[in-house]
Amino acid sequence: MSQEELVAIQADKLVDARGTACPGPLLAAKKAIAEIKSGEVMEILSADEGTKQDIPKWATKKGHEYMGTVEESGYFKIYLRKG
Amino acid sequence: MEEKILELERRIKRLEATKKKDQLSMVVFSGELDKLLAAMIIATGATAMDMEVKLFFTFWAISALRDKEKRTQKKELTSKMFGAMLPKGTSEVKLSKMNMGGAGLAMLKSLMKKKNVASLDDLLQTAGELGVEINICEMSMNLMGFSKDEMIDYPGLNYCGVGTYLADAEESAMQLFI
Repeated sequence: MSQEELVAIQADKLVDARGTACPGPLLAAKKAIAEIKSGEVMEILSADEGTKQDIPKWATKKGHEYMGTVEESGYFKIYLRKG
Repeated sequence: MEEKILELERRIKRLEATKKKDQLSMVVFSGELDKLLAAMIIATGATAMDMEVKLFFTFWAISALRDKEKRTQKKELTSKMFGAMLPKGTSEVKLSKMNMGGAGLAMLKSLMKKKNVASLDDLLQTAGELGVEINICEMSMNLMGFSKDEMIDYPGLNYCGVGTYLADAEESAMQLFI
């Protein structure tokens, strides 16, 4: 998915985990994904660099679709579709 | 044909019996803040990966599970002395490197705050909420001069021996020693 397409996504759920370091964002993502339905999109905001690698790995294990990451200044947005 | 199916069924049953669970079994042996942080970050992270987590606290690590506020009735003098010399709870554990009489420890703690890294207390609380099981080795707890009544209030706290750890570890897909 291109950056333009990612930016245009209207997520069904927004998780702001910028206030926590590893493993905070991962735990926040796990908690939040239980609150959306299969096929819905979740957007995770994180300032923890490790999370960029962690979320796709977690998503693969859990059967969610990792859509991509958009860089912002000082943080980034990760998009997932619940499997 | 029927015999073949039966044989296959038997083989599947045997394989299922030996299949490892999506479970992390960890020996937490070290009693220093850095190592305990690593253990608890891995433990809580593993729950996010939907793994069952079982921690086996033994020797120096048990110090961190003591509740500073709780008083205990100790009988033996040597146990009392040993217990008094060891850290009482998360606020008293030191660093394994660069502790520098507490200066390094204070620096690390302030850096952790600045970088939004959860404290050991926070991690223990999160672990409890996420269902991380903590098993305390009863033999080493007694050896260190600690008793059950001075341990923290933790939802999944049990006391056991090495057999429990081995049984847990045997069925876990992942084992660690920290």
